Amino acid sequence: MKWLDRLYAIAAKEVRQLARDRITVGLIVGIPAIQLLLFGYAINFDVRGVSTAVLDQSQTSLSRRLVGDLRATQVLGEVRQVRSEQELRELIQRGDANVGIVIAPDLERRIADGDRAALQILVDGSQPALENVAEGLGAVPLLRRAGARAPPRPVEILVAYNPGKRTAVQIVPALCGVILTMTMVIFTASAIVRERERGNLELLITTPVSVGQLMAGKLLPYVVIGLIQTTLILVLGYWLFDVPVTGSLLDLYLGALLFIAASLSLGLFLSTLAQTQFQAIQMALVMMLPSILMSGFMFPFEGMPKIAQLIAQLLPLTHFNEIIRGIVLRGARLADMGPEIAKLAAFLAVMLTLSVARFRKRLD
Amino acid sequence: MSFAITARGLARHFGKVIAVDGIDLDIPRAQIYGFLGPNGSGKSTTIRMMCGLLVPTRGTVNVLGHSVPRESEVVRRKLGYMTQRFSLWEDLTVNENLDFMCRVYGLNRALRRARIADRIAGYDLAQLVGQRAGTLSGGERQRLALAAATLHDPELLLLDEPTSAVDPQSRRDFWENLFALVARGTTILVSTHYMDEAERCHRLAILDHGRIAAEGEPKQLARDIDATVLEISCADLVAARRALATLPAVRSIAQLGHRLRVLVHRDAHAPEAELRAALAPHCPDAGVERVGASLEDVFVAATRLRNGVADGAERAA
Repeated sequence: MKWLDRLYAIAAKEVRQLARDRITVGLIVGIPAIQLLLFGYAINFDVRGVSTAVLDQSQTSLSRRLVGDLRATQVLGEVRQVRSEQELRELIQRGDANVGIVIAPDLERRIADGDRAALQILVDGSQPALENVAEGLGAVPLLRRAGARAPPRPVEILVAYNPGKRTAVQIVPALCGVILTMTMVIFTASAIVRERERGNLELLITTPVSVGQLMAGKLLPYVVIGLIQTTLILVLGYWLFDVPVTGSLLDLYLGALLFIAASLSLGLFLSTLAQTQFQAIQMALVMMLPSILMSGFMFPFEGMPKIAQLIAQLLPLTHFNEIIRGIVLRGARLADMGPEIAKLAAFLAVMLTLSVARFRKRLD
Repeated sequence: MSFAITARGLARHFGKVIAVDGIDLDIPRAQIYGFLGPNGSGKSTTIRMMCGLLVPTRGTVNVLGHSVPRESEVVRRKLGYMTQRFSLWEDLTVNENLDFMCRVYGLNRALRRARIADRIAGYDLAQLVGQRAGTLSGGERQRLALAAATLHDPELLLLDEPTSAVDPQSRRDFWENLFALVARGTTILVSTHYMDEAERCHRLAILDHGRIAAEGEPKQLARDIDATVLEISCADLVAARRALATLPAVRSIAQLGHRLRVLVHRDAHAPEAELRAALAPHCPDAGVERVGASLEDVFVAATRLRNGVADGAERAA
């Protein structure tokens, strides 16, 4: 009983202090929200609403339908009809249009023959992203039309294969891990080092509090905060980016709990090394960049050199990314992710052991 | 007599720096024992070794019958410690700090209530209960820290320079509180660099460069001082000081208002005559009078006089 009482006393004190630290409270909610919005909206490989100039030299029902189909993809925004190639080039040059579409006068015959291009797409080459978009845009419907007399609705195919949506769907679950890494490691490391810096720890360790009570009491509030952040990210991801959770929510939270524990144990370990909060944050940053770059969050894991892949195996985020993407996107079960769970658990065990070994109720 | 703390050959090195250099101590129970010494004399290091925060490089400490650091955990239940810095939580209120410390010491609800109410009344904290510790004045913080350190009724209180950030009136009140604790049987070890505080202690050890330079009751220390204390009065104190500084027997000169206080080697023969002779060419009117030693004289004699370098520096000045 007394053991739990002390643990509770420390956890309650931590929560109380945290609640009074308005900036930190703001960061607990603010970091996930801002990161999610930034990554969700800004890192977007999809291009929409591109202003377009169309030179329709054919003026048939087929050509008009073709333009209509292209507009229906939403990739094209404002579409202007022009009379000459000269006018079209001027519009692009001035930047009033980013893409120009030129439809040949003998459109129907070109499609029937299938050996010459029926449609020419001019792109503002100074914006690389546009080129890709235009390429996909032009090629797909035309090929389909060449094969069939009665044109199918290419629009449907394009919506199903929506590059913009794929980005968000991939990024939101992975972002969950990145945000937890950022907040959990720094929060715990600095929460403990702060007490050392302010001299509280010298008093605390001359009391009967045990190392276990001290550590558990300090970490417990942050476990809850981690779960709150996870929830926030999932809810925002669902609202703003339509990212559904395909797998079991329970599995997801259990996986998140393991990852939160692993991140906290890392923060705890760093706190045994750092003498000042500044040092603690620097150390956390050293871990953070590789986590973001090498865990498969930014770049595909398979494309990385062997040595980078090995290092990535040491980062908890790598394994959590596998777990959360599996559960959220593929509907996988946690039980099927044995290796990832084992690696996270091993990381947690090693960090806790090192922390307990290093943390003494002494000053030397 | 059983001692609250005994130390034998206690030493602590930090790399090449020797903070505590083999000290022996016997600190009696239910008394106030003082550590008097300049900064860096090893006071804090010794106290930290006693509460198990630092492991001795050499020697042994026994606190309340337990060997430290081996039995630190047992000792910690019976010990209250006030760190040099205010180390309660500044973002918690007075009441929250006290409540937290009660829980840390494992007091049950009834005991918590009783003790907190008692300390709030006893240490004049009633007005400050809901105030955050960070907003308290130096004297208020110190009362809170003492209240927190005594919540579990410790047998032994270790106070590391408790009054360094406190005004004189608060200092007086603080010492009244300490004597009240001693009356109830608590042993108190207090470190300080204030002479007036040292004079209040039942017993005292003067620490210098990690060694005990003198030990005993303050009165006894003044009686046993290893020097003769003389006071000089004359018109030109600057000239008098210059004249005296050249005498080999003179170990220390300090000005006190219109007088010079001079420490002379104890074995110097007829020091009054020697000083008068030296002063005659510069200050024919000089008065030389032998006076009783104060604790400050004891401190100077015990610390500075041992040190040849400081002695030379004094002479050059």
